[in-house]
Amino acid sequence: MSLTVALTCAALLLTVTILAVAVGRSRAAATLIYGPCLVLSALSCLAAVAALGGGSAAETIKLPLGLPWLGANFRLDALAAFFLAVVNLGAAAASLFALGYGRHERAPMRVLPFYPAFLAGMNLVVLADDAFTFLVAWEFMSLTSWALVMAHHRERDNIHAGYVYLVMASAGTLSLLLAFGLLAGPDGGYAFADIRGDHPSAGLAALVLGLALVGAGSKAGLVPLHVWLPLAHPAAPSHVSALMSGVMTKVAVYGFVRIVFDLLGPPDWWWSIVVLAVGGITAAMGVLYALMQQDLKRLLAYSTVENIGIIFIGLGLALAFKAHGMLAAASLGLTAALLHVFNHSVFKSLLFFGAGAVLTATGERDMEKLGGLIHRMPQTSFAFLVGCVAISALPPLNGFVSEWLAFQAILLSPQLPSWGLKLLIPTVGALLALSAALAAACFVKAFGITFLGRPRTPTAERAHETDSFSLAAMFSFAALCLMAGTLPSIFIDTLAPVTQSLVGAHIPAQAAQQWLSIVPIAESRSSYNGLLVFLFMMASGAIAAFAIHRLASDRLRRAPPWDCGYPDPSPVTQYSADSFAQPIRRVFGSVVFRAREHVEMPPPLDPRPARLHVELRDLIWDMFYAPVAHAVGFAADRLNHLQFLSIRQFLSLVFSALVLLLLVLALWP
Amino acid sequence: MIADLAVQGAQMLVVLLLAPLLTGVARKVKAHMMRRQGPPVLQVYRDLIRLLRKDVVLAENASWLFRVLPYAIFSATWVAASLVPTFATGLMFSWSADLIAIIALLGTARFALALAGLDIGTSFGGIGSSREVMIASLAEPAMLMIVFTLALVAGSTQLSTVAEFMLSPNVGLRVSLGLALIALVMVALAENARIPVDNPATHLELTMVHEAMVLEYSGRHLALIELSAALKLLLYVSLIACIFLPWGLAPAGAPLPVLAGGAAVYLGKLLLAGILLGLFESVIAKMRVFRVPQFLGAALMLGLLATLLLFVSRSL
Repeated sequence: MSLTVALTCAALLLTVTILAVAVGRSRAAATLIYGPCLVLSALSCLAAVAALGGGSAAETIKLPLGLPWLGANFRLDALAAFFLAVVNLGAAAASLFALGYGRHERAPMRVLPFYPAFLAGMNLVVLADDAFTFLVAWEFMSLTSWALVMAHHRERDNIHAGYVYLVMASAGTLSLLLAFGLLAGPDGGYAFADIRGDHPSAGLAALVLGLALVGAGSKAGLVPLHVWLPLAHPAAPSHVSALMSGVMTKVAVYGFVRIVFDLLGPPDWWWSIVVLAVGGITAAMGVLYALMQQDLKRLLAYSTVENIGIIFIGLGLALAFKAHGMLAAASLGLTAALLHVFNHSVFKSLLFFGAGAVLTATGERDMEKLGGLIHRMPQTSFAFLVGCVAISALPPLNGFVSEWLAFQAILLSPQLPSWGLKLLIPTVGALLALSAALAAACFVKAFGITFLGRPRTPTAERAHETDSFSLAAMFSFAALCLMAGTLPSIFIDTLAPVTQSLVGAHIPAQAAQQWLSIVPIAESRSSYNGLLVFLFMMASGAIAAFAIHRLASDRLRRAPPWDCGYPDPSPVTQYSADSFAQPIRRVFGSVVFRAREHVEMPPPLDPRPARLHVELRDLIWDMFYAPVAHAVGFAADRLNHLQFLSIRQFLSLVFSALVLLLLVLALWP
Repeated sequence: MIADLAVQGAQMLVVLLLAPLLTGVARKVKAHMMRRQGPPVLQVYRDLIRLLRKDVVLAENASWLFRVLPYAIFSATWVAASLVPTFATGLMFSWSADLIAIIALLGTARFALALAGLDIGTSFGGIGSSREVMIASLAEPAMLMIVFTLALVAGSTQLSTVAEFMLSPNVGLRVSLGLALIALVMVALAENARIPVDNPATHLELTMVHEAMVLEYSGRHLALIELSAALKLLLYVSLIACIFLPWGLAPAGAPLPVLAGGAAVYLGKLLLAGILLGLFESVIAKMRVFRVPQFLGAALMLGLLATLLLFVSRSL
């Protein structure tokens, strides 16, 4: 039943695409397109939640599409239902946001037709039950999102962003294609049911793991495959950025989980080393990159890289424990990863909505030109603040719950028998703590520079509050952040069927715990109660405020800022995004970014201003991508000669190619 | 039930009332070491009460957030401080947050304080906030390694369980715990903006961190922030005492005389901590702000070393 609903919704979304081509130019186009998208996504989300909560067996449907001997297979099991819910929740909120935000679109025909198609593509990836349907849907998702990235193609850097995205997406799909080819084996059993049945040999499985890491990892943004993400996500319109960062990366995580946990069979113990190392490095590098940014949306995109790293740390822990037969611990790691999938999709979408609202109000994404928006956009800034606290993994909001669960899984690692993992996992734990603290720094900067302080430009001074649709989308997700943070047991229990199907165990039912606290292993070991912490904080804050105002003083007067007696009226004397990051850049940047500071100090009596110039290098780009790009360019230059041959040379080239191929065929054993 | 609730309430009041005393003792000892008379130990209370009664002078461009944040900082710190066992273990709500959650609650308070530093848009606030988050980002991994060591030894991150385990005879002297203690003291000094990382007594010095952030606060807001700082110091002292000096802690459900005894012992521990802190701050110089990474890096390495020692042998 749920699967039928979800597939119908996906099909209807494709119909909306056709409608968008027809009505895209009319004035009510945004309402006509985003309205149905909202309804269909919400329906699909409800169906997914019903399937997940109902605990019913997996449903399958086979449609006579695609390859004639295979058909298009769709299946809705617990894993697919969870990701379907995440995808459609994000899609519904983005559509609601776009009902207001989409009206400001300058080129609606470049956005409206592709938006529903993008949503349908993501839905179909999650529902696919054979390799062919999966890859077609995956590529459909990539191409529609590419079209959305290119919506504002006249803006600076966007063409470059689109090009890099296209190349990386093609490379990713290619490695997934190879991975499924290896999984299907020589008989070509491309249905997931066939793949699940026979397990590949150890060497082949390792190869598939590598290909899945590259294929799904490039879409999710694992370092060093993340380079397209901070370029492409900010380039798209903000509701699409929210979808790409909050939701599409989760579809990529789904692809990885589906291949590695479901299709590939029992894991080898060393797989987890690869996944954990990649996850830890991604988390730390992602947030360090994010801290160095001045573009608000690019900062958010890099922070997505960090969160994907955290998710992969959880997945790596689950793999490690599963390989050693510690199923309860494996389910804890997997629960942490999946809960973070949900949490990140919520707060990252919320933050991109906020960035979109700022962009509408001021036309600026550069934090150095913003500031003081809390006075002009109080509601947006409140919602954005909730998102910032949540993503910084601070109690009592939801980001903390999933990171806390990840730490609890990390603390179980001493029971593992293998030494490599015993030594690696504490290091990964330190990296996780480092990235959590740096994320807090990063979002103090994002909120503080954008919304607090004094306006740095006249445009920031003239900003106005955003429309009510956008606010509704932001506030519903802010409420969800609080709810998932204070009542996490509901969300954790929903994940039980998913972990049960993937690692064969689930963590104890949390709803039965006293006072709604969460107890992953045993109460004597660790427990956390978000609701009580939240209530205690509210109560003590309220008591303090009441007591002080009643008993001591409630008088207040306004005066110029103190600033140690020398307040400077110019807003440029405030701390900027760059200067806020300076201490951390000094500590980490000299190694990670080869940061160099050049001070240009004119001699006394010279009226020229002194200048500080900071040089940062993106080592990953310089070391991995620049040589590849150079080699491709070099090869293209050389091969270019082949286009200008004489007819005799062409004929001899064709003849020698033919001879070579025949030789190969003749010599093939 | 009622009795448990009363003990929990007493704990909340005890931390609130004793926090300024600890700061006062440390100040008095420092003054004594400098051959000064120094303010009386109770001066901190008087300062707080005087600040509470004064008008708030608010900068013209301060937002609503600037007025809310002191309450947020105070409530997060107070809740965190009342969840650490002080005179008794196994309090009614002690299971509602384990050590990781308590550290994260302090992170919430710090997040709020760093935002407060940026709200007025002055350069002092900015310098304080940016340095505070830098120090925090180094202290947090070190703190996690300490938690890891404790969890390896005691098999729990629940402070009551850890304290009970430390009281049991099968702990003994362990190298790893010694390393963790040194690392925890280093982290505590950095987190509380004490010498050698920051100087709580300075004003208008380019290396100041905490004082720079709160420069624009006055009146009751400043009182709340000062009280939160005192509470945070008390929290770290309670944490160190509960893990490494758990003797005298009243067990769960103990009768009133035992609880009173626990409270007396706790007061003794606090006085000792205040004296040691004053002595330590008198004999050491403050370091440059960019030496802090090395200081906290050493704490991280100690924590890591403690963890690795435990992997080599569970009895180390």
